[in-house]
Amino acid sequence: MSYIKKYFILKKHNFKVGLIKAKRSKNCYIFLAPYAILFFCFNILPVLSSIFLSFTYYNVLESPRFIGLDNYISLLLDDDVFLIGVKNTFMFAVITGPIGYIASFLFAWLINELPRWIRTIAVIVFYAPSIAGNLFQIFTIFFRGDIYGYVNAFLIRVGIIDQPILWLVNPTYMMPICMLVTLWMSLGTGFLSFVAGLQGVDSSQFEAGYMDGVKNRWQELWYITLPNMKPMLLFGAVMTITQSFGVCDVTMQLCGFPSTDYAARTVVSHLLDYGSTRFEMGYASAIATILFLVMILCNNVIQKALNRVGT
Amino acid sequence: MSKKNKEVVQKNRRIRLKRRKPNRSRVGDFFLYLFLLLVAIVMALPMVFAISSALKPLEELFMFPPRFFARNPTLDNFSDLFVTMGKSWVPFSRYLYNTVFITVVGTVGHLVVASMGAFVLSKYEFPGSRTFFKIVVVALMFNGYVTSIPNYLILSKLHLIDTQWAVIIPSFSAPMGLFLMKQFMEGIPMPLVEAAKIDGANEWGVFRQIVMPNVKPAWLTLIIFSVQRLWNDSAATYIYTEKRKTLVYALQQIQSGGIARQGQMAAVSVIVMIVPIIVFILSQSQILETMASSGLKD
Repeated sequence: MSYIKKYFILKKHNFKVGLIKAKRSKNCYIFLAPYAILFFCFNILPVLSSIFLSFTYYNVLESPRFIGLDNYISLLLDDDVFLIGVKNTFMFAVITGPIGYIASFLFAWLINELPRWIRTIAVIVFYAPSIAGNLFQIFTIFFRGDIYGYVNAFLIRVGIIDQPILWLVNPTYMMPICMLVTLWMSLGTGFLSFVAGLQGVDSSQFEAGYMDGVKNRWQELWYITLPNMKPMLLFGAVMTITQSFGVCDVTMQLCGFPSTDYAARTVVSHLLDYGSTRFEMGYASAIATILFLVMILCNNVIQKALNRVGT
Repeated sequence: MSKKNKEVVQKNRRIRLKRRKPNRSRVGDFFLYLFLLLVAIVMALPMVFAISSALKPLEELFMFPPRFFARNPTLDNFSDLFVTMGKSWVPFSRYLYNTVFITVVGTVGHLVVASMGAFVLSKYEFPGSRTFFKIVVVALMFNGYVTSIPNYLILSKLHLIDTQWAVIIPSFSAPMGLFLMKQFMEGIPMPLVEAAKIDGANEWGVFRQIVMPNVKPAWLTLIIFSVQRLWNDSAATYIYTEKRKTLVYALQQIQSGGIARQGQMAAVSVIVMIVPIIVFILSQSQILETMASSGLKD
């Protein structure tokens, strides 16, 4: 009994201390307020309401009707197309995500030692594809299904094929092409933050490292550069997860929406199908919520892995 | 060890330290950079192609075998595009103005709001600060597509639908900006902040005179991201009135004009592509500049 009482006294005390601390740091709250208010309105509130909507039937016109877990049950058990989407998104997350992440770091690291003007050009060349808007549509010209497509024309001239291949209509080739295009665009936000972060690594640490017998560039990378880059590595990881789980623009614009046999469907394009074409917002919200949970899980795993870097 | 020997060793060490990376093999350098060069060429190819096909006359766009470079480069596609633009219902400069307005106001507001938040989150400890940042990181991952409906409802409650503010105001609170600024501000040594406080600066002073100048690279990065995002935003969900529509939206309309506009289509993609890249090139040189002279190494 007295323990419970003590516990509450302690809680009360902690609360009071917190209140005093909060009063002292009034200025901090004033600084944070503009962001916090906007963030609540346009990020937290929509997220919460979409989690709520995932338990309802909501077609935008009528008010939402509570149906419990029905959305989740039909999503996971009855929806074959969703499973194709999960498979494809998983492929993106497992193949293009890590390759893009590692390539971002590797390229940023390699160009870091180049003379400045070469480095500038290299950064622009590597980064440009990801900011060029819808430029990836140019790949529809490369991979066009008739003989005017560059890839077909080239392969026919070389003699590997004698008939044009319908690259973006044939389910066999869709996913590899989408992955290629995604990789082309994957040196994005993370890459830039790596480049900026690498410049900030203190050079006296490298000197200390040479004294201590760091033999080659790989040891230097593991023991000096990477531990210094942890905040940026974390940022890059979060960006990569968001991008590779959110793949949909590339598949939708290259392979069509819907694509043949749904072969290029991803989780997000499935979500868009239900959200903006069929107006089943409840169902779409359920998809989003599942995606969200998987991403958080994935993020936690990667953060744990990054904490082991350099040990 | 003799004295002379010692001297030689020290001299060698000094020479080794002068070269920036003494532990590199030349062969390794050669192959790594050769590889890098190849990758760079492959990466640049589609962009070069986009530019070259914007310069192709129409008959070259449909030629077999297709050619990579234009044989008789012309600017016809661009002039055709301007003719089409001139025929549009709303003067084309209006679209341009709308996009520039959205991009500039959204970016500046985002920069100010996000760095103020990031400053206190990174340099002070107060109840709720850690939780708030954790929520921001989580929010970074929620897919924008599904929140668009609740977002729309909120914006319409605030009577912002069909104005540019419907795009601008939500962009202030993009979680990415705060995350980025906080990660970089963590690198500013705390003694610097404390020294400024002893010299009599208040929080606002520390923020404006100490922290912000020192994270210039970070805010330039933030500007790049924000400009890129807002420039490419066609805002079709929020804006209906023709004279408030954005440039990208108008260009997409031209682009969807079918096969007869193939040439103009290529010109459009070059124009849309070139602006974020130019903004990037301009601010990128500054990033390297500020990084080299940031002088925060303790």
